[in-house]
Amino acid sequence: METGLSVLIGLFFAVSVYLMLSRQLVRILLGIAILGNAVNLLIFTSGRLTREVPPLIPEDSYHLLVETANPLPQALVLTAIVISFSFFAFLLVLAFRAYQELGTDDANEMRVAEPVDEPAPPQGY
Amino acid sequence: MAGVSLNPELVAQSMNTTPVTLGDWVVIAPSILTILGGTLCLMTRKNMSLQPKIGIGFLALLVLANVALLARVIDRGVLTMVMGNWLPPFGIAFTVDALGAGLSLVASIVAFCTGLYASVSVDGTGRRYGFYPFLLLMMTGVSGAFLTGDIFNLYVWFEVLLISSYGLLVLGNDRAQLDGTVKYGILNLLGTNLFLVATALLYGLFGTLNMADLSQKVSAISADQAGMLSTIAALYFLAFAMKAAAFPVNFWLPASYHTPNIVVSALFAGLLTKVGVYALIRVFVLIMPAARSDLGDLIALVAIATMLTGAMGALSQGEVRRSLGYMIISGIGSMLGGIAVGSTLAISGAIFYAAHSIIVMTALYMAAGILRLMGGSYRLRDLGGLYAASPAFAAIFLILGFAVSGLPPFSGFWPKIMLLDAMLSSGRVWVATALLVSSFLTTIAIGRIWIYSFWRGGPEGTADGTAIALMPTDKALSSPALWVSLGILTALVIYIGLQPEWMLQLVSRGASGVVEPMGYLRSVFGGA
Repeated sequence: METGLSVLIGLFFAVSVYLMLSRQLVRILLGIAILGNAVNLLIFTSGRLTREVPPLIPEDSYHLLVETANPLPQALVLTAIVISFSFFAFLLVLAFRAYQELGTDDANEMRVAEPVDEPAPPQGY
Repeated sequence: MAGVSLNPELVAQSMNTTPVTLGDWVVIAPSILTILGGTLCLMTRKNMSLQPKIGIGFLALLVLANVALLARVIDRGVLTMVMGNWLPPFGIAFTVDALGAGLSLVASIVAFCTGLYASVSVDGTGRRYGFYPFLLLMMTGVSGAFLTGDIFNLYVWFEVLLISSYGLLVLGNDRAQLDGTVKYGILNLLGTNLFLVATALLYGLFGTLNMADLSQKVSAISADQAGMLSTIAALYFLAFAMKAAAFPVNFWLPASYHTPNIVVSALFAGLLTKVGVYALIRVFVLIMPAARSDLGDLIALVAIATMLTGAMGALSQGEVRRSLGYMIISGIGSMLGGIAVGSTLAISGAIFYAAHSIIVMTALYMAAGILRLMGGSYRLRDLGGLYAASPAFAAIFLILGFAVSGLPPFSGFWPKIMLLDAMLSSGRVWVATALLVSSFLTTIAIGRIWIYSFWRGGPEGTADGTAIALMPTDKALSSPALWVSLGILTALVIYIGLQPEWMLQLVSRGASGVVEPMGYLRSVFGGA
């Protein structure tokens, strides 16, 4: 099970890196979204996978009697999902506004902050 | 819980049953105060005259809380507080040592000054769209990152400060800002995702996220796990180098730091990259010192490249804010040089440099803002003659310029001496050479800014020898808040330069606390 998921995570990373190497903002953002999911799956897998054994302690005992699913990665993944989702939403709006104002979604053509034809600084004192 | 009898032995093993003393609440006070202040500012965001008062008031409280925290850490050693009373490594721990508390204090002083400065430079629109809430919530993230003792929690604080910084960066919505924020936003999110990848792998390897616990488990690692650990270490280095703006992964900084309101630039210049450096020190010195010495040559190489490209970038810019942006990068290189060496002296130097850089870079950006109000431009070609307009301001700018290039008797001198000493005594001659060369280039770059904007007669085209005193007209210049905030930071630069002893004691305490983490471990796990 871990092996299968590891392969899947590898695929996710490959796809996201491929998309982020693009110059189009939309593709970069899709890459970011997939990267977030790759990371979430990675956290999940790092906690080792145990199916269908919830971490519940029987009433007459003080600790777990059998090996159960690890609840901590799920808490971590939940945190990471919330964060990556909100960031993704923000970046989508940002990219749309940038497209509206700058008239392009090509990262190479976004040169307002760093103009191409910047005059050279004064030479000498 | 009615009906369930708790086994007292098990409770004693897993929970902290002694109530937290009143004084220990100061551990989480910086985060709580800023969340509270941020919320209040958000609620009153339409009341534009009240908002700066609330914001600055809470930032002043934050400074006081950090003073109390640092005093307590110096008095009693490392402090630990666990959330929900679960004993480490189960509960999320806030563990405060001299390193964290010291940087948190410096950061809060800088935030207070920027809050004050912003009461003049951020207009009604900026306030209505949430400058003060963003500022306070960013400080929540910064304080949390400095004080936490849990590596996943560190990730969460990184994200808190990152999302607030997006808000600050894009506030004002002008074209250059949108352009800069796209690059800043995407690359920084990538950096924190890499941090999370490394943390997930670390958790998979050791099953814990508590820094003290990790530090113990990493030092007892078996040979077959060591290979995996070096992969994780390389990932951490890449992630934090991105946050700190180290050479090959720093293109987001020059693309964005000159675009927002100058007070936002000042805040970012002081705080954000240094949080990355702090995380590097935490992870590579406290948690995995062996990985640090394995990666030592790589870190040294990155440090050299960062110092030199930063200083040369500063020289190649004709715009004051962009030139300052490259000076931040060159400073980051110096701190990385200290981490590459890794001795107590080198780490002390890196921490000292971080504190110095937080103060002086913020002050320089603030001064650039005043420069713009006086001279009407950020471009060196259009500036000139300001010495006649205000000799006192010219002196302040020169002091800050001396400090950033590491000339005595100001605050940049001492950390550079410490770093040089540590580098030479550990045989890293090339890093030391790069440090000296980059200081020299920075001196030229900042000297050129000073000569062009203050010393020469007037803007380009003015005949030589004519002293044009541009009478400053902007009425913001007469408001005391600008001068008080710049004055506080400049006074600190001078004071640290002339009286470095207490600072030296503090940073060597901070450094030995992470190089030999006995006190840190004892604080987290009790007397055992």
